[in-house]
Amino acid sequence: MEGLSVSDANLVVYVHPSRSKNVSQAILRELSSLLFKFNETFDGVVLAYAVNALDKHARILSGVHPYFGVRLKANLLLFSPKPNMLLEGKVVKLMRESIHVIVLGFSSAVIVDEDIRDEFRYKSKRGEGKYVSRVHKRHTIKVGTMIRFLVKSLDEEILHISGSLIPDHTGSVGWLDGDVKNSTTESNKKRKQPDGEIEVQELGIASGDTHSVNNDREIKKKKKRRNAEEH
Amino acid sequence: MHHSERLAPDEVALLVTSLKALSGAVSYIDNVHHDSLLNSIFGMSLWKYGPDVMDALLELIIALAASNGKYVDSCLDMLVSNFMPPMYLVNTLKQPRGLAKKEQVLSRVHTALEGIVDLIPMAASRLSSVVVHRMPTTFKKDLQKDHLMYRTEVYVENILRLESGAIREFVGSRMLMAVVDMLIELDVAIGWDDILQDDSCKGIFAIELEDADEVAADDDNDENDYAELPRTLNRKSLGKNIVADLLDSLMVQTFEHLESCARNKRLGEVFETLLDSFMLTILNTYKSKFAQFVMFYACALDPEKCGVKFANTLVDRFVCSDNAVTRMSAVAYLASYLARAKFLSAAFVASTLKRLVDWCLEYCETQNGEMNPKAHRVFYSGCQAIMYVLCFRMRSLMDVPRLKSQLLVMPLGPVLKHKLDPLKVCLPSIVEEFLKQAKAAYLLTTSETFIFEDLLESDFSRDFGGLERLDMFFPFDPCLLKKCDRGYIRPNFVYWKHVRTTYGSDEEDSSDEDITEDFVVVNGESFMEEEGAGSLDEQHLDLDEFDYAMNKMSITPKNGFTYRFGGEQMQMPSRIRPSTTPESL
Repeated sequence: MEGLSVSDANLVVYVHPSRSKNVSQAILRELSSLLFKFNETFDGVVLAYAVNALDKHARILSGVHPYFGVRLKANLLLFSPKPNMLLEGKVVKLMRESIHVIVLGFSSAVIVDEDIRDEFRYKSKRGEGKYVSRVHKRHTIKVGTMIRFLVKSLDEEILHISGSLIPDHTGSVGWLDGDVKNSTTESNKKRKQPDGEIEVQELGIASGDTHSVNNDREIKKKKKRRNAEEH
Repeated sequence: MHHSERLAPDEVALLVTSLKALSGAVSYIDNVHHDSLLNSIFGMSLWKYGPDVMDALLELIIALAASNGKYVDSCLDMLVSNFMPPMYLVNTLKQPRGLAKKEQVLSRVHTALEGIVDLIPMAASRLSSVVVHRMPTTFKKDLQKDHLMYRTEVYVENILRLESGAIREFVGSRMLMAVVDMLIELDVAIGWDDILQDDSCKGIFAIELEDADEVAADDDNDENDYAELPRTLNRKSLGKNIVADLLDSLMVQTFEHLESCARNKRLGEVFETLLDSFMLTILNTYKSKFAQFVMFYACALDPEKCGVKFANTLVDRFVCSDNAVTRMSAVAYLASYLARAKFLSAAFVASTLKRLVDWCLEYCETQNGEMNPKAHRVFYSGCQAIMYVLCFRMRSLMDVPRLKSQLLVMPLGPVLKHKLDPLKVCLPSIVEEFLKQAKAAYLLTTSETFIFEDLLESDFSRDFGGLERLDMFFPFDPCLLKKCDRGYIRPNFVYWKHVRTTYGSDEEDSSDEDITEDFVVVNGESFMEEEGAGSLDEQHLDLDEFDYAMNKMSITPKNGFTYRFGGEQMQMPSRIRPSTTPESL
């Protein structure tokens, strides 16, 4: 899945004098207030933070309330979906007009019928709806399926994504990745491989299926390097 | 789309179809071009329609919210605005068949809210903000007060429903805090003036006081008359006050909610939020008269965990906080709580007292100075708290050998007879009562005799009490709100009248025991207490003398300007305090 990255940030937290008794608590509180909100500076949503180094000294600001600024280094896990990125999420509602998805458990996404490629046909059986591919009968999307989709736009305030299933390499993750034999090799090559992805997997964020394919590649790379060294 | 009269079936069908069609086309609705359509939709009130239209409308709302982030706030807003029924429906809803309609609407509203949060998890925090934002805050005393009251009650019902509903994980604590905030706001809006200084009432009090004296003088008093007087007093004084009525019913709602939380075994988590809310807001709100009883009742529902936790948190705040006023307030709450909570075990009271005494001892051991009410006010408030609790509990502690020895070992002498002279500084009425009991129990004797001349307060106590008058702060004095006191607080509350003192005779004890038995009663059987109280008065009229003086123990308002006018009125206010027990006459 794209859109996730870990970045090193140099931050300054300004602490109110009343909190000077327990500065670390104040800093953690301040950092926690950043969570799950879109931040312009980081250009993404902070999902998690880890404080690395805290400066021993702080500079006091002059003013009515003498806040003091504590410098620190932190690792931030950021989620910044951009248009044309591929994201994965779980389907929570399926209708003829739209598919509703939840990404990473907190961000909502919707894919409207005009953004669902004609390959998929909506079928309703006993009140339960599903999308079935006309080409590959096994490729189905139901409530609970993990799907991969393209980002069209993001509403930063409420973290609502508008998505698309037009490209061929979108659809049910289980079918796209698991059934490698059935899917065409072209679709695998088309899938983008940004640099951050391997790092992300080490943190265990992306879904299970993607892991296996990329880990193989990673292992192969390491083996090649080792072989090259040995020789 | 807005109809005021009943819709004919074909109109209903048309409306339903159009709403369903819109649901299918939400992705094509533009917020700029279709502005008036959207306004129309968001302006619809679910209360006006039948279930079919409601379902179709709610489906549309959910679809709108899920389709575009821009509509989420408006959709939530629309749903929350449907928490309250329109004014014209209030009368119908109050009737029994109205309950079904209310449930019809509200269950759908809440299901819709849950549906939106399922699809858009981030909507949960927006929801909390919308609910808090839309809370009814103006309580005009004139405009259709009954309707206003009812609608506010329904709104709070909805808030509490969110607290225990499917999305409670996300909105629960904010909802509970919102309710507590509302209770405090209402509480603070009721001035003591509204309750006490009604001139007509004052006259009545005076008359009734005389009547009561005459009545007491007779051997056979008609217990019916006796029992009725305080109730009329009550209704006259507080009944006129719409805000008090509203607070009363909201507190009852909160109590019932707490009861259902206890039944569903979630009182623990709810209590955490309640305690945090209390320490943040109620603790420092000195004008708060009744809102704190929410804590009292929550503790009563689970004495071993919640009850104990509350007391321990207050002790910690007293011992560890930096802010003197907060500390004094915390110990005042603690003292009033330990004295009045019937459900706390004597052993626990003893161990908490020990903590207080130890702190006080440590404090005065490090002090070399003389008496100084302002400088050592935290210390004096601690001492006063100890004495106050012992006034209520000394007998019960002395009756248990193990606790008696604990009490005798406590360094009360070194603390109270220290150079800092707490006996001179603390509230005279409390010191007097305490010394009387301590002497009778051979717990503590003083060489000086303290002559207080029945003074309620002194200059010294005023000094240490400070602006907020924390020397006269007894937050858990009898609750004056009828409904919540009668049904909920009373069975768990210790009234001074029924406290056995160490100098009391054995004869009194037996009758007191009768009373306490009558008191161990469930909601709704409060009529039994009155009979019990009546019989007590019949048998032991000399107790009334004690009552007269002892009711001084039930003084509440810190800005009791009614006290200051001359010596005579010193005693009367303590009687006038309209307590809901029939005994206080």
